[in-house]
Amino acid sequence: MKPYRYERAEDISGAISALADEPEGAFLGGGTNIVDLMKLGVSTPDVLVDVRRLMSDDIEETEDGGVRIGAAVPNSDLAADPTIRTRYPALSEALLSGASGQLRNMATTGGNFLQRTRCVYFQDTTTPCNKREPGSGCSALDGYNKNHAILGSSEHCVATHPSDMAVAMAALDAFVVTHGPNGERRIPIEELHRLPGDEPERDTILEHGELITAVELPPMGFSSNSKYRKVRERASYAFALVSVAAAMDVEDGVVRDVRVALGGVAHKPWRATKVEEALRGEPVSEENFRAAAEIELSEAEPLSENAYKVPLARNVMVRTLSDLSGEGR
Amino acid sequence: MTATQAPGKSVGAPISRVEGHLKVRGAATYAYEHRLDEPAYLHPLQSTIANGRVAKIDASRAEAEPGVVAVLTHENAPKLEAVGDAELEILQNGEVGFRGQFIGAVIADTFEAARYAAGLVEIEYEERETDADFRPDRDDLYTPEQLNAGFEPDTSVGDVDGALASAAVKFDATYTTPREHNNPMEPHSSIAVWDEGELTLYESTQGVYWTQNTIAPLFGLDAEKVHVISPHVGGGFGSKGLPHANVVLAALAAMLVEGRPVKFALTRHMMFSVAGYRTPTIQRIRLGADAEGKLSAICNDVVEQTSKIKEFAEQTGTSARMMYDSSNIQTTHLLAALDVAVPSWLRAPGEAPGMFALESAMDEMAIECDLDPVEFRIMNEPEKDLESGLPFSSRGLVACLREGAERFGWDGRNPTPRSERDGRWLVGTGVASSVYPVFSMGGNAATIRADSDGKYVVEIGAADIGTGTWTTLGQIAADELGVSFEDVEMKIGDTKFPNASGAGGSSGITSWGSTLVEAARSLREKIEAEHGGNIPDEGVEASAKMPKNPHRKEYAMYAFGAHFVEARVDEDTGEVRVPRMTSVFAAGRIINAKTARSQFMGGMVMGLSAALHEESVLDTRFGHVVNHDFAEYHIPTNADVGELDISWIEEDDPYVNPMGSKGIGEIGIVGSAAAVANAVYHATGTRVRELPITPDKLIS
Ligand SMILES: Cc1cc2nc3c(=O)[nH]c(=O)nc-3n(C[C@H](O)[C@H](O)[C@H](O)COP(=O)(O)OP(=O)(O)OC[C@H]3O[C@@H](n4cnc5c(N)ncnc54)[C@H](O)[C@@H]3O)c2cc1C
Ligand code: SF4
Repeated sequence: MKPYRYERAEDISGAISALADEPEGAFLGGGTNIVDLMKLGVSTPDVLVDVRRLMSDDIEETEDGGVRIGAAVPNSDLAADPTIRTRYPALSEALLSGASGQLRNMATTGGNFLQRTRCVYFQDTTTPCNKREPGSGCSALDGYNKNHAILGSSEHCVATHPSDMAVAMAALDAFVVTHGPNGERRIPIEELHRLPGDEPERDTILEHGELITAVELPPMGFSSNSKYRKVRERASYAFALVSVAAAMDVEDGVVRDVRVALGGVAHKPWRATKVEEALRGEPVSEENFRAAAEIELSEAEPLSENAYKVPLARNVMVRTLSDLSGEGR
Repeated sequence: MTATQAPGKSVGAPISRVEGHLKVRGAATYAYEHRLDEPAYLHPLQSTIANGRVAKIDASRAEAEPGVVAVLTHENAPKLEAVGDAELEILQNGEVGFRGQFIGAVIADTFEAARYAAGLVEIEYEERETDADFRPDRDDLYTPEQLNAGFEPDTSVGDVDGALASAAVKFDATYTTPREHNNPMEPHSSIAVWDEGELTLYESTQGVYWTQNTIAPLFGLDAEKVHVISPHVGGGFGSKGLPHANVVLAALAAMLVEGRPVKFALTRHMMFSVAGYRTPTIQRIRLGADAEGKLSAICNDVVEQTSKIKEFAEQTGTSARMMYDSSNIQTTHLLAALDVAVPSWLRAPGEAPGMFALESAMDEMAIECDLDPVEFRIMNEPEKDLESGLPFSSRGLVACLREGAERFGWDGRNPTPRSERDGRWLVGTGVASSVYPVFSMGGNAATIRADSDGKYVVEIGAADIGTGTWTTLGQIAADELGVSFEDVEMKIGDTKFPNASGAGGSSGITSWGSTLVEAARSLREKIEAEHGGNIPDEGVEASAKMPKNPHRKEYAMYAFGAHFVEARVDEDTGEVRVPRMTSVFAAGRIINAKTARSQFMGGMVMGLSAALHEESVLDTRFGHVVNHDFAEYHIPTNADVGELDISWIEEDDPYVNPMGSKGIGEIGIVGSAAAVANAVYHATGTRVRELPITPDKLIS
């Protein structure tokens, strides 16, 4: 591990300016991802600016009926919060399905969004990887890609985003509030993470030194009817093969409104807008859910080892939507 | 349980481990934890090519780092004796035979400095093409001279082809098992210290004498100049049986810094490159039976992998030679020698992958013959060991199958796949047999001293790799001495105690226990003959070697077992859960009911793990295992392990050894993966012949 400095700033603006002159510096949240990557030599910051104490660790209801979550809120606290559990159960379920109890105690809301891909070649400095070393090539393309993307990837990178929480946030229309060298921004979660394109080294649109300070969940009448379903290779403590976060508003057997996001399929939490469009106003039925899922997946481009994700994503969408509509068995 | 055992009545009792309190308090000293003055820390340099040679190595930046004591490379490494073991003869030239092979080391005052400086060493290679492609259709497969543990590679009884041709029911299918890596909780660790030409190794090893006998010749030393100290070992599963190159690297490094102890523990990543692993196997099983379901042909043709630099040939097909009755039995083994790390022992080498294939095929054949898989096995029970022609010293398979069926509630099972569901879960049940040979290893001796206060000290260089040996050996000695367990103090895990074989092949209790029984008898005789039955004030001691067991020539000796499994498969996702397993074993006399249960349980869970999770993915382009950590290489979590119903039948076997016991360290893993696969088939109607059974193989 490369030697580095550890610093603490007095306040948010201090943290931002601390990184202004440190192009190789990084913020430190719970450290559960970045410190691992430093040990592996994948991340090599000169300085870590600890921001955990600077940001809010409160979960507050906002005047418009939404919820504002401080970026320092630990994953375990967010999962256990009564408001989240009752009004946004998909978010609580997503958090609880991730990592382990100890890790969730350490991990922060802000850091969770920015955890990096689990692609084995990204994590191994002895193998080529465009995300870690632009231009070196993508080892996963013709290698071990069983866990990789089926949607929205490019020839430069086929990695997936590993966060469960972010998938639920995508289905819940969250906004990420940031403070950076260029002031404050309120970014729709959909826009936070990028598709790889020809710049796979950039996971998000955030600029260097831009700090996530809070997340806002807007009011959503039907978010209490939401769910997160994660498929993984063992019962606990594994990243998603495919996951689905969904929320549904059903009245008289008709889908009034719906939100669907997929995890484990793309370089970002994948908002399944085609499913949503296809279902709005349609009667609740397994056939309709299946047809809608198939539209979304018609553009899937599986790799040598991950074609199974297409039927898997379809089945999990159908199942989750059926459960939310009361049609599931 | 801590209650005092009556004299002579310790064996069988569920006595808690004597060192347990040390372990839970963190006070048991594992290899890396021995406190020595001014230790230096080693971080290895590992090859990033799989085939070629180191052309240039520039350590100047590393050497300039604060805290760095020395950089060891093939250019300055002390010379080793040529013993004909290319895995161990490291740093003698720049040759590289597999990716991850040690090509040097940085030695520093701290672990962190060593690790950081290792990244500053610049290495240039002359690379040769890598051939790491394991395929059954290679044209360079070859038959090894012998298999692990000395078994014949190819055997043939009767006429398999003829029997298959004329069989009423024929079965032919190919099964594969993946590369798997041993990952004990405690990674391989050493502290090496040289003092006036003698080497002391604080080691995590399955056998202090195995280590001594392997390491001493490499350094041109008489065995007694190498001292090995290993009181506690955090698991090995075979990977700490024969020493790997990490021990040699630590000892070479310690030579460079003479007098200073050098500490070296493998990281979890390194566990996937240098500490051995289970070969992948491809097994073609052919079975023939008559119309009633009586087997007429059994055949397992195995293809597996070894390393170009050193051969290891797993005895995958051996259980097919003796498991079921048939006049025609054939087994073959072919090896592909590749530019890969050297495979080695992993819990039940041979039986574990071999019985996955055979017991899956037996399930498929029972279905072909329209028979219940329990009854099908029972009707093909052999009368003798068909390989050696000898009778079995005892064979409890039928009893295990019957007892297991009863405990599990097998009767009345609907054989039709997909016949039971619980919501979206498809529910199925499966059965498989288990077997493990009763091995015994030579070269054992023990000394027992009696003191006038009635206390006994028992010395033998045996190992406790987490199995409970500290306790079970004390029980055996106490009973044979006719004293209570509390009056016996064991001393093991050090070459200052008499010679002993290692913990491997489930042979420990047979080998060490037989020796202790002999030593205890000698001591009692001596006290009787020379001291009139009373222990003299100055104490008295006796030593003995392990006696030969004359019954070995007369009987075939095996432990048996049966596994019953319920599997649930999510119809939408292909996720498999195993809510319950019932396993019954026939393993002779059980020495300690508590530690035995743990051994069986660990084996069963490891079989479950093989069935559903474990797979080391080798990227043939680079030649290394790419999923080399516990986030990617899955083993079961607590949530994956359901109810485990573990029991054994009473078995009185007077032939195996004086205790009447059989080894139990490995039998739990044998067959359990097949029982899971058979249950998954019964639940879903999908037969998965390639382990592990992950959701992608069941989704549609
Ligand atoms: C063994 C293991 C298993 C796991 N399993 C799962 C799983 O199943 N599902 C899942 O979703 N996750 C899983 N995780 C990942 C875990 O959720 C993340 O590591 C965690 O959420 C990261 O949060 P952190 O606060 O520790 O981030 P850190 O490691 O501190 O930071 C991560 C990144 O974000 C940056 N950063 C941190 N805070 C901010 C901020 N406020 N603003 C801007 N940048 C910031 C850092 O510079 C760094 O680049 C697992 C992790 C481990 C180690
Ligand atoms: S998929 Fe992306 S992260 Fe993985 S090797 Fe390719 S470029 Fe790197």
